[in-house]
Amino acid sequence: MAEMAAEGREPEILFWVGCAGSFDARAQKVTKAICQVLDAVGMSFAILGTEEMCTGDPARRAGNEFVFQTLALQNIQILNGYEVKKIVTACPHCFNTLKNEYPALGGNYEVVHHSQLLQELINAGRIKMSEGGTFKGKKITYHDSCYLGRVNGVYEAPRAVLESLDSQLVEMKRCRSNGLCCGAGGAQMFKEDEPGDKRINLERAEEALKTGASIVAANCPFCLTMMQDGIKAKDKQDEVMVYDLAELIVNNMVR
Amino acid sequence: MISSIIFTLIAVGSFVFAGREFLKIRRNILLGKELAIEGDTRQRWGNVFLIALGQQKMFKRWIPAVLHLFIYVAFVITQVELIEILVDGIFGTHRFFYAPLGGFYSFIISFIEVLSVLALVATIAFLVRRNIMRLSRFHKPEMKGWPSKDANLILVLEIFLIFFIFLMNSSDMHLHDNKYGFAVSQFLSPIWEGTGESTLHLLERVGWWGHILVVFAFLNYLPFSKHLHIIFAFPNTYFASLKSRGEMENMPEIMNEVKSMFGIPVESTDAVNAENLEFGANDVPSLSWKNVLDAYSCTECGRCTAVCPANLTGKKLSPRKIVMDIRDRADEIGKKLDSGNADFAKDKNQPLSASNFDDGRSLFDYIAAEEIHACTTCNACVEACPVLINPLEPILKLRRYEILSLSQGPQEWLPMFNSLENSGAVWSMSQDRDAWKADL
Repeated sequence: MAEMAAEGREPEILFWVGCAGSFDARAQKVTKAICQVLDAVGMSFAILGTEEMCTGDPARRAGNEFVFQTLALQNIQILNGYEVKKIVTACPHCFNTLKNEYPALGGNYEVVHHSQLLQELINAGRIKMSEGGTFKGKKITYHDSCYLGRVNGVYEAPRAVLESLDSQLVEMKRCRSNGLCCGAGGAQMFKEDEPGDKRINLERAEEALKTGASIVAANCPFCLTMMQDGIKAKDKQDEVMVYDLAELIVNNMVR
Repeated sequence: MISSIIFTLIAVGSFVFAGREFLKIRRNILLGKELAIEGDTRQRWGNVFLIALGQQKMFKRWIPAVLHLFIYVAFVITQVELIEILVDGIFGTHRFFYAPLGGFYSFIISFIEVLSVLALVATIAFLVRRNIMRLSRFHKPEMKGWPSKDANLILVLEIFLIFFIFLMNSSDMHLHDNKYGFAVSQFLSPIWEGTGESTLHLLERVGWWGHILVVFAFLNYLPFSKHLHIIFAFPNTYFASLKSRGEMENMPEIMNEVKSMFGIPVESTDAVNAENLEFGANDVPSLSWKNVLDAYSCTECGRCTAVCPANLTGKKLSPRKIVMDIRDRADEIGKKLDSGNADFAKDKNQPLSASNFDDGRSLFDYIAAEEIHACTTCNACVEACPVLINPLEPILKLRRYEILSLSQGPQEWLPMFNSLENSGAVWSMSQDRDAWKADL
C-alpha cells in the first residue's frame, strides 16, 4: 500500500491479510490463493504489509480492551491515512471487527469477506470456472464459521461459490444459523481447553465426516486448523481434505 | 353478598401482594447500570410482535413450538374469561357477559374450551418430556432442586386450572339444560346426569372458586418463578439490542485513554475517573439493567445450553446457568436490601441503599473462572434464545473485569497479549508480516 500511495495510485481494494494469513503456514496458502485470484481477474489490490497489525479481535474477546484499543486505533490511523475505502479480509474475525467494531472508533470502510468477493466476481463473470474441474461431482461439505455466519448473517455467498465448482454440496446436521463452532473463537485458539469430555473441533470433525464428503470447505484460517486437527485425530486426513473456498476456486478457474 | 366481599378482599389482597413483589423485581432490575436504548422504535415493536407475541424463534423446533403455542394461546384467550370471573365475583352476577353477547359468548367460551383441551395435551406432553423422556436440556446440573420443581409445579397448576374450568362449565351447563352450548362441556355435562341440583351448584362453585384461586396463587407465585417470562418476554424483546451481534460494547473510557496516549484528539470529555478504576462487571450493579432484565425473563428452557459448543463437549460453562446466577444474585442483593441490616452498608455511617451496598460477595461467588474462560463467543446461545436474552454479554463483561480490574485470567493468554502489544501480531514471529510474498 505504501508503494502504491507513493506512486499516487489507488487500489480497487485493500486485502487485509490478518495474522494467520501472514504467519500460519497453512493459512499462507489461502493468502496466496486470494492473491492469485485477484491477479487473474485483474483487480488491483494492495496490502498494508508490515503496517498491518492484528485487528484486536482475540484481545477484545479475551477481555483485554486496552490491547484491543491500542491495536485498533493504530490500524485505523494507517487505514484512514491511506484513505482506504474498501477492504477484503481472508478471516471472518478480521472481517467482523473491521466491519462492526471499527466504526465506533472512527474507522468507516466497506468491508467484505473473501467469500463475498469471490461470489461477486463469479456473478460478474470475471471468474470463469474450467470445464470438468477437479471437484466435479465430488461431495463437499461447508462449515459455517461463527463470525461470518451467525454473527454477520452471511450464509449464501460461500455456498454460491461452492456451487460454481459443479460439486455436490452436502450439509452437516448443524449448519447455517445452527452451525457448530470449531472451538477457536473468543481467543480459545490461544489457550488450552477448559476441563471437559471432548475437544470442540473433534465434535465438529465427526459431524463433517458423517456427511461422507471428501472435502470440507471453510472460510476462516482458525476453522481450517481446527477442522484439519479434528479430522487428523480421527485418522481421516488422507481421505478428507480441508480447504478454504479461495483454494478451491483458484484450482478450478480459467487463468 | 358475603361471597362478593370475600372475593373482593382476596382479589385486592392478591393484587397488592403480587404488586409489591413486582416492584421489588423492578428495583432489582434497576440495580443494573444505566443503558441508552438506541435505534428504531418501530424495529423494537417489530421484535415484540414477531418474537414475543408471534413466538417466531420458538419455531426453530416444531414440536415444542406447537405444544407451547397451545398453552400460550389458551392462556391469552382465557384472560377474557378471567375478566368475567372478576366482574361476577365482585358484583355477585352469574356469567355477566352471556346476556349481552348471546351466541358470540358461547363462541368465545367454546374457543377457550377447545384451547384448554389442547393446552392440557401440551401440559401432559411437557410433563412427559421433562420427567419420563428426561430430555437432557432439562437435566443439567443447574436444574437440580428448585428449578426442576418450579417447572413441574407450574405444569401441575396448569392442569388444575383446566380441571376447574371444565368442572365449572360442565356442571353449569347441566344446571341450565345445556343452553350455553359450550363446545367441550356439552360432552362432559352428561356425566352429571342424576346429580342433585344443590350438588351441581356446589360443584359449579368449586370449579369457579378453584379456578380463580389458582389464578391468584399463580399471580403471586410468578415473581418467584421462572414463569415470569410470560410477562417479561415482551419488555425483553422490546429492549433487546438492535446493534450487530458482532459489535462488543465499546469502552469509551479506555478508548479515550489510548487516544490521548497516541496524541489523537479526544472528542468526549468522559475522561477516566481515577477513583473508579473498575472495568467490566463483577456483580449485578456493574452489569446493565438489560442484563438483569434478561435474567428475570429467562424461563430456563436451556436452548442456549443445548447448543453451546463448550457445554456440548462437557465443559462446565452453561449459558443458562450464567443467566440464572445473575437472577439469583439480583434476588440476593434485593433481599439483603430489604432486610435493612446495616452490616450490608458499604459506608456504615450512611443508611443501607442500592448505592450504599457491599455484602462482600459478587457474581464470582456464583460463577467460576473456568466457566467464563470456556466461551468461544460463537453466539449460538444468543441465536437460540426465544426471547432475545443475551447470555454472551455478561460473560464478556466478566472477562473484562477479570483481565482489566483483577489482572487475572488464563495464563496462556499472557504471551498472546504480550506479542500483540510488542509486535502487533497474535504470535511472536521472527519473520516479517509480509514474508509470504517472497514465494508468490
